Amino acid sequence: MSEPIISFRDAVKEFPARGPRRRRHRPQRAGAVRAVDGVTLDIAAGEVFGVIGYSGAGKSTLVRLVNALETTTAGSVVVDGTDLSGLSEARLRPVRAGIGMIFQQFNLLRSRTAAGNVAYPLEVAGWSKADRDARVAELLEFVGIADKADSYPSALSGGQKQRVGIARALATNPRILLADEATSALDPETTADVLALLQRVNRELGITVVVITHEMEVVRSICHRVAVMERGRVVELGDAYQVFSAPQQAVTRRFVASALRDRPSPAVLRRLRGRHPGRIVTVRIDEVSGSSAQVMEVLADRGVHGTIVYGGITEVAERPYGSLTLELVGSDTEVSAALAGLHAVTAVVDHGTAAAPLEDQSDGRRDTTGVGHDGGTPSASGDLRVRPHRPGGGPFGGPTGLVEGNDR
Amino acid sequence: MRPDLVPLLWDAFGQTLYMVLITLVVGGFFGLLIGLGLYLSRPGNLLANRPVFAVLNVAVNIVRPVPFLIFLVALGPLTRAVVGTTIGIEAFTFAMCIMAAFVFARLVEQNLVSIDPGVIEAARAMGASPLRIVRTVVVPEALSPLILGYTFLFVGVLDMSAIAGYLGAGGLGDFAIVYGYRQYDWAVTAIVVVIIIVIVQLVQWLGNSLARRALRR
Repeated sequence: MSEPIISFRDAVKEFPARGPRRRRHRPQRAGAVRAVDGVTLDIAAGEVFGVIGYSGAGKSTLVRLVNALETTTAGSVVVDGTDLSGLSEARLRPVRAGIGMIFQQFNLLRSRTAAGNVAYPLEVAGWSKADRDARVAELLEFVGIADKADSYPSALSGGQKQRVGIARALATNPRILLADEATSALDPETTADVLALLQRVNRELGITVVVITHEMEVVRSICHRVAVMERGRVVELGDAYQVFSAPQQAVTRRFVASALRDRPSPAVLRRLRGRHPGRIVTVRIDEVSGSSAQVMEVLADRGVHGTIVYGGITEVAERPYGSLTLELVGSDTEVSAALAGLHAVTAVVDHGTAAAPLEDQSDGRRDTTGVGHDGGTPSASGDLRVRPHRPGGGPFGGPTGLVEGNDR
Repeated sequence: MRPDLVPLLWDAFGQTLYMVLITLVVGGFFGLLIGLGLYLSRPGNLLANRPVFAVLNVAVNIVRPVPFLIFLVALGPLTRAVVGTTIGIEAFTFAMCIMAAFVFARLVEQNLVSIDPGVIEAARAMGASPLRIVRTVVVPEALSPLILGYTFLFVGVLDMSAIAGYLGAGGLGDFAIVYGYRQYDWAVTAIVVVIIIVIVQLVQWLGNSLARRALRR
């Protein structure tokens, strides 16, 4: 990892019980509320870093520690070489000015046009009128709404408002851009546009982007690394691809399941068995193991006919990822041989046949986690456990060697 | 109406204008300051300061509900200390300014509370100082309701000026009572009422159109 541009060390943020208003997401309990509870985290210069968590997990507070909209109760936050803890309000202002921020509700000044909003941080930074005008035009061009320069926010769509927000955040050439649920108020198509723009900001301008979200889809499409937050703590941290392919925590599995709907739920499985009498298996497709070509090759070698009945392959962090559910048709020996062959190339979950279904051990947990296949291999047929699994991991659940690469 | 009353009516009009304009400028200015103080010092806001907020809040709550007639009399000692006398147009205008400031302070605060806190957070995130945020975000964002509040204040001040006038400050209210009510000259009262209605309508229209322009919608 390159030099960290943001470093949290045991960062704690407590709010008094009757603390500042507008903390919508925090449960109000007696005593102080720890919104951020001992977070240690490094964010590298130049990466797109995701912080995902449910409402109230503390992610918004965490990101506000970076630009000192909130200050730590304990621990430290170092941004671009400056330790923010203990700095006076006046000393924090220039630090804030060097960090761009965009918001879920855009937070544009209604009394100013798009151009006026983008000019605001430049006024704060003391730019001359001529310099401001040139920079504003350049920024509006970059975000693709040069024609809306003289429109007031009330006349702009959500996507256009967020583009103004991004242009405003980039105005003073910050090295860091904080995106607080920047796409949560947008429709899916606009979300994709705004995410693509954030990706451009990262690639073309080299700006470190910290994305706060509760949507795994956002992490899937643009984040290099991700931290999963729960109750003020970072419970999981890693490359986006690694976290997607081998989620360790229940909360992470829930998020992954929300973004990838490639694996059949019990209800889907019941319907699949109704339509397809043959052996039903789910195989993982990723860039390390089990490309679909490999899978098809194994089946052809064993003389088994395989039909794709469910699933999909998508991209996580721009790398292929997904799973396919197949119906295997052939003699029992051929199918067994094919299963052994599949186990050799990728992770497999055997659902059995319609006549002799195999229950996934994880069914009980599936209800709580929302994702299957994390409980290990089917219990009913020990003969199919070709590939050993680590305790707690499953073909799609635990550490699979995808990251370490020492498993096969 | 007797023709010889016309110059007197003009005088009365001038006196009312004097009282109202001075009160609007001075009272409006201090009202804006106190209102901003209330808003900014409110716990959780930009310059949260519980003691300051409590003092301002209590002061506004004490002054505002007092009927103006009683306030005018009760303020006597302070008026004497500042203006030198407790009667006459200057003394009453002084009392009007103070009452107007506290009335407007509450109007200002109520209008500022409706500002989206997210916009203020965005300005903070861009490194703006509290003073700059007040000047470039708080006031411009709430300009439209502030104009309407100020228009509302005008009507209140006009009302106050009539009471002050009756107690000896002159003005339209005094004119209507002395030359209309007491002389059984209903026409004089009617003319004054019409003048007041026209003034109020004009100011309200002006306020509405300015507020609409400030709304940016």
